[in-house]
Amino acid sequence: MQTAPLVTGHPMSDTIARFAWLIPLLPLVGFALNGLLSLHAAAHPGPADPSGSDDDHDVAHAAPAAHDHDDAHQVARHPSAGLVSLIGPGVLALSFAMTLAVLYQFGIADQAMHEPYVLTLFQWMPAGKLSIDVAFQIDQLSLVMMSIVTGIGTLIHIFSVGYMRDDPGYPRYFAYLNLFIFFMLLLVMGANYPLMFVGWEGVGLCSYLLIGFWFSDKSNADAGKKAFIVNRIGDFGFLVAMFLMFANFGTLSFAGVESAAAIVPMGGALVTAICLFLFLGATGKSAQIPLFVWLPDAMAGPTPVSALIHAATMVTAGVYLIARSAVLFSMAPVAQLTVAVVGALTAVFAATIGLKQWDIKKVLAYSTVSQLGYMFVGVGVGAYSAGVFHLMTHAFFKALLFLGSGSVIYAMHKAYHATHSPEDAQDMRNMGGLRKRMPVTFVLMWIATFSIAGIPPFSGFFSKDEILGAVFARTHGSTLAEAQWLGIPGSLVLYGVYVLGLAAALMTAIYMTRLMLYTFHGPSRTGEKEATHLKEAPWIMTGPLVVLGVLSAVGGFANVPALYGGMGSQLLHSWLEPVLGRGTEISLGTEGVHLSHATEYLLIGVAIAIAVIGIVFAWLRLKPDALVPAKSAPVEEGLERTLLHKWYVDEAYARTVVQPTLGISRTLLWKGIDAGIIDGLLVNGSALLVRTVGWVGSQLQSGRVGTYAWVLLMGVLSVLSAFSFR
Amino acid sequence: MLAESLALSALLFTIGVIGVLTRRNAIILFMCVELMLNAVNLSFVALSKLHGVGGQVFVIFVMSVAAAEAAVGLAIIIAIFRHRQSVNLEDINLLKG
Repeated sequence: MQTAPLVTGHPMSDTIARFAWLIPLLPLVGFALNGLLSLHAAAHPGPADPSGSDDDHDVAHAAPAAHDHDDAHQVARHPSAGLVSLIGPGVLALSFAMTLAVLYQFGIADQAMHEPYVLTLFQWMPAGKLSIDVAFQIDQLSLVMMSIVTGIGTLIHIFSVGYMRDDPGYPRYFAYLNLFIFFMLLLVMGANYPLMFVGWEGVGLCSYLLIGFWFSDKSNADAGKKAFIVNRIGDFGFLVAMFLMFANFGTLSFAGVESAAAIVPMGGALVTAICLFLFLGATGKSAQIPLFVWLPDAMAGPTPVSALIHAATMVTAGVYLIARSAVLFSMAPVAQLTVAVVGALTAVFAATIGLKQWDIKKVLAYSTVSQLGYMFVGVGVGAYSAGVFHLMTHAFFKALLFLGSGSVIYAMHKAYHATHSPEDAQDMRNMGGLRKRMPVTFVLMWIATFSIAGIPPFSGFFSKDEILGAVFARTHGSTLAEAQWLGIPGSLVLYGVYVLGLAAALMTAIYMTRLMLYTFHGPSRTGEKEATHLKEAPWIMTGPLVVLGVLSAVGGFANVPALYGGMGSQLLHSWLEPVLGRGTEISLGTEGVHLSHATEYLLIGVAIAIAVIGIVFAWLRLKPDALVPAKSAPVEEGLERTLLHKWYVDEAYARTVVQPTLGISRTLLWKGIDAGIIDGLLVNGSALLVRTVGWVGSQLQSGRVGTYAWVLLMGVLSVLSAFSFR
Repeated sequence: MLAESLALSALLFTIGVIGVLTRRNAIILFMCVELMLNAVNLSFVALSKLHGVGGQVFVIFVMSVAAAEAAVGLAIIIAIFRHRQSVNLEDINLLKG
């Protein structure tokens, strides 16, 4: 609608950017090709799980050919695996190159692009005064997201070539992965909320498909369903927010909503409601309290999927949604405080659970939930660029951690496979001493650990510090500080968020050090026979790890605090300024927010001290030498058990939500309404009525002509008499 | 003359109705129906004296239709008789509900 004039006049319209529609199209083509290849030779039996928990191990052996294998890993390679390995990562690499080209065009532009480049493809839903286009919005924010999605995506695709090589469902895997990238690009490139929602639902679908990739194991299929259903609750919020926006603003494009939001009353009920519903959507997709329960279960999928979807890209969609609606959120300080508080609580809560998990992927899953909480704290307090910055660095180091753990699991699985051991290849109690066997992974994982813990100069330090600094800075003078949240003054809430953030940072350092200690240090607990089979994964897997390692190490220099000055000072912040600047300014309030240099140095010192204390504490306290393998481990007691069982949140949800819903469905909806009223009364009842009337009518048909003649005569007489005596 | 004609017509018609209602033999029933038709014809003819030739034209129509009806009706009765060895209407109730 309002996009047409922008296209013609925009300086980007005569550059390569006008072909930006190719960026999402390429993965879609890849999906189609790989999907067709997966149909070919689909006669293969059920999926085999290279990450191998006990049950999967048996499944892998169930194939008849599996019994006569030698020492090598059992190969069930798909016949067209070679072609798929070319198409899958290939289309992504092309997309990435294309994204970089567009990014370059933006970079060399003479003046900063203050208008987004909206590329309208066609009109999608013309309905009355609402008109929704299929249009891509290319601006600084979506370019950052596109680069992350295609860049990290390419690396993870390459890693998957090695990791999934021997899986019979290899083409299907890449088809899903390519489809995911397509929807994710739709999500970050869409120029209006409905198009974003299409991508939002699409990534949810791909997430479901990939979590349940090894669907022959019921627990995997259940995990997929759980993710899907929990996400639907969030989507309800997103939809309601869209309805509210349409009903009150009459438009759903980002540009339209932004200009409409600027004139609504500050902190009004309407804008607060819209923001809270949007945030409900974000809690579903980005696994925040109360809808975080699906993400740890989502680890049932292949590990590269966990890295791509459940760490680097899809789960950050909620953060992107809030950053995209920056002006809207800045007009609703109460909603912002809610976002920050929920984010901080999630960060701490998930970190406590991460402290006691034994499954290496579960630790990383809770770590992801916790770090996502950080991002929400960032975007929640109106430091949108800080949130996006952490999103970016987190994509680097968490993808590295997941792929590193994938590499470890791959090695462990091969070792256990070689000796036919039924042990769990993901349990850290079965690992230990891997630093000698897998030196490359070992070094890279430590880089990622330092990064996530916040040790300078690794990337996570800068982003986490910026979020915490932003929270502290906004405790005075900002619109948030002046608002009331459930009757509590905003500045007090922000201090609480800051303290929770520090607590989460401390625990992050502890659980990550614990993971590293138990996995790579100390003696090997894998078993003597198996230990000889442990070795580094092939280069096609470690290669992407090295790239991510470099990014994790230096990624933070994309946005060095202004405090230090220098070249890279606030690079990302000023890059995002045209998109996020207005929202940030609104929430900074009229007086503006300033911290003295001394305070900033103090905050940085505190953050570093917390990280170092965490690592040192874990290093001194935890004794990997004393740990015993999983099968002989003692049962946990007290708090440890509560943490291992994730504070019993799943059980509590089952009691309070799932069981009552099932109960109502069974007794009232099924037995009562469906079987009773609909089937009994309406369906069978109407049949009975027709039958009764038919039976009565049929009794009148005696078949005797005499009777009919009498009735006829009586009829004639009565009609005649009625006329006569009228 | 008119009154006598109409009275005769009414008498014949009533005889026909009573016959239809009381007799069980299909042939007799059939003849009673013919009687009723011709009773009506009589009143048509009688009343045409007052209302013009329309009544007489009607009589021609009724007689030709009655002839056709008699042919079809008798054919049906013969067919039933061959099938059931009876023309008693008590025995013929195939359309009983």
